Amino acid sequence: MSTVASTDRGTRPTPPSGSLVPQISRRRVAVDRIVTILVWVAFFLAVVPLAWILWTVLSKGFSLVLDSHWWTNSQAGISPRREGGGAYHAIVGTILMAVVTAVIAVPLAVFTAIYLVEYGRGRLARVVSFMVDILTGIPSIVAALFIYAVWVGVFRQQRVGFAVSLALVLLMIPVVTRSTEEMLKLVPNELREASYALGVPKWKTISRIVLPTALSGIITGILLGLARVMGETAPLIILAPYTAFINVDLFGGNMAALPTLIYTNFGNNIQPQLDRMWAAALTLILLVLVLNIAGRFVARFSAVRR
Amino acid sequence: MSSITGRSELDSQPSGDLAGSTRRLGDRVFAGLSVGSGVFVVVVIAAVAVFLIAQAWPSLRDDSVDFLTSRTWNPGGSPPAFGVADLLWVTVISSVVAMAIAVPISIGVALFLTQYAPPRLARPFAAAVDLLAAVPSIVYGLFGAYIVLDYLSSIQTGISTVLGWVPLFSGDNIIPNSIFAGSVILSVMILPIVTALSREVFAQTPAAHKEAALALGATRWEVIRTAVLPYGRPGVISASMLGLGRALGETIAVLLIINVVRGTFHWTIFTGGETFASRIARDAGEFDTPEKTGAYIAAGLVLFVLTFVVNAAARVVIERRKAFTE
Repeated sequence: MSTVASTDRGTRPTPPSGSLVPQISRRRVAVDRIVTILVWVAFFLAVVPLAWILWTVLSKGFSLVLDSHWWTNSQAGISPRREGGGAYHAIVGTILMAVVTAVIAVPLAVFTAIYLVEYGRGRLARVVSFMVDILTGIPSIVAALFIYAVWVGVFRQQRVGFAVSLALVLLMIPVVTRSTEEMLKLVPNELREASYALGVPKWKTISRIVLPTALSGIITGILLGLARVMGETAPLIILAPYTAFINVDLFGGNMAALPTLIYTNFGNNIQPQLDRMWAAALTLILLVLVLNIAGRFVARFSAVRR
Repeated sequence: MSSITGRSELDSQPSGDLAGSTRRLGDRVFAGLSVGSGVFVVVVIAAVAVFLIAQAWPSLRDDSVDFLTSRTWNPGGSPPAFGVADLLWVTVISSVVAMAIAVPISIGVALFLTQYAPPRLARPFAAAVDLLAAVPSIVYGLFGAYIVLDYLSSIQTGISTVLGWVPLFSGDNIIPNSIFAGSVILSVMILPIVTALSREVFAQTPAAHKEAALALGATRWEVIRTAVLPYGRPGVISASMLGLGRALGETIAVLLIINVVRGTFHWTIFTGGETFASRIARDAGEFDTPEKTGAYIAAGLVLFVLTFVVNAAARVVIERRKAFTE
């Protein structure tokens, strides 16, 4: 540890202590050293779980995921104790629900961000900004209960995939709004003013100048938002009962998703079930990580240039 | 939905901006859509409160015990009897313990990333910590339930033998799938959230503050103590509350890790229990009659209020900092 600290120290300009102050007291040096060690330890405490989780899921799930049946078959006709079957039904369900969620949430979120940056002044803007923060913190189970109260309680509908999408919309809006808002704020005002000076209307300025400039940030927000909603389990438990069969109808019948596939196989220590559970977890992580890394990649390499 | 609210909102929208003054059709539609979407967000939050209250009210009216102080849960009985005292306790204590573990580590990580890490490595290191936030909570649940429990039970025994005289750490009803085990996993889940925001405020510390401390001969730690930490304090408090809000509402990880314990109530965190979220999710299959469902929606309402207050407080703290620094 101490060697790491000392090499680290060498990379930074040392405080101008040596020449003016002849000696720093031993105690102060010791405290400084201890804190340096502590922050390194804190960092390792944060990274170890990440590596541990990824390794666990990878080592326990990879054999089934490498099987081609995993990507092409459903669990239809597979009893809990039997090996085999795939996650196709769950992957399809997860992606379908996520795509429908995005189709509803993205326009709302982008326009909310446009409102906050381009239009919003005064009290309403403050209230909207505050409510976006509240929406960020809303527990997924509360969002699910709300949709349940409306969808099943008021409209007397069945629990279907579309209801899950509605609950996920609430969770996706704040992610996309905040990310878009940050990007819109970075668009230089000179661009807007130049456009106005040419007599271009405000809406055209926003849609042709501001949004394209901020596009990468918006895409990053969408990808991160998708990653978040795909991993949500609580709305699925409340609103979409699991099924072992393939269902692509968001308005009828039960629909599987990766989190509920994991949840269904949880709890009984039967090896085929455990294998399926970890393989589904690996599939979900892969899906989410790919979206996440893609989002960060887009953000890094096409950020707004000042 | 947005266009409907948008149109009604249109006329009240001031068009004072330079380019908007011509009132073209495109401008009006665009402004309407923007305002409509913003208003939609506000309406949704209001609707969450209204619908939860409306659906919980009939059940709360028929509740034969006091909702907030009772520990019985029999919403299907006649008369129905349900209270959330133990749910409230387990929800709050598991989140607070998670925060107590996560916040010091997060501050350390944030300091490391902004003040200590070699500049070239700071970015990939930060990305690694951010990836923790990307792991789905059900995976945390599996990880906790199948992997970490074995390691935690010896830690639990250790703490309870040393601090067992405190009711909170009593080892009398110790089980592996405890509230404490849930808190440890929750702390890993909220760590990236607290770290990300703390990192942001630490990085914004004015260079003049740090250089002033250095000029006075401060060591690196003294620079942090006198310049970085005081400047970042509101941000860290706000970040911790956001983390707390996340922990309060976490469902599936808690559901998979913490076992239900029936019978008498114990203060210790080394026994099992249920949070609002985990009980609602566990019993989701029992939503058959409106009365029964109403009891669970009432529990969800309390959770909503709890997280609303915590998140609003976080927002207020950070707002005051902004007002102070600008």
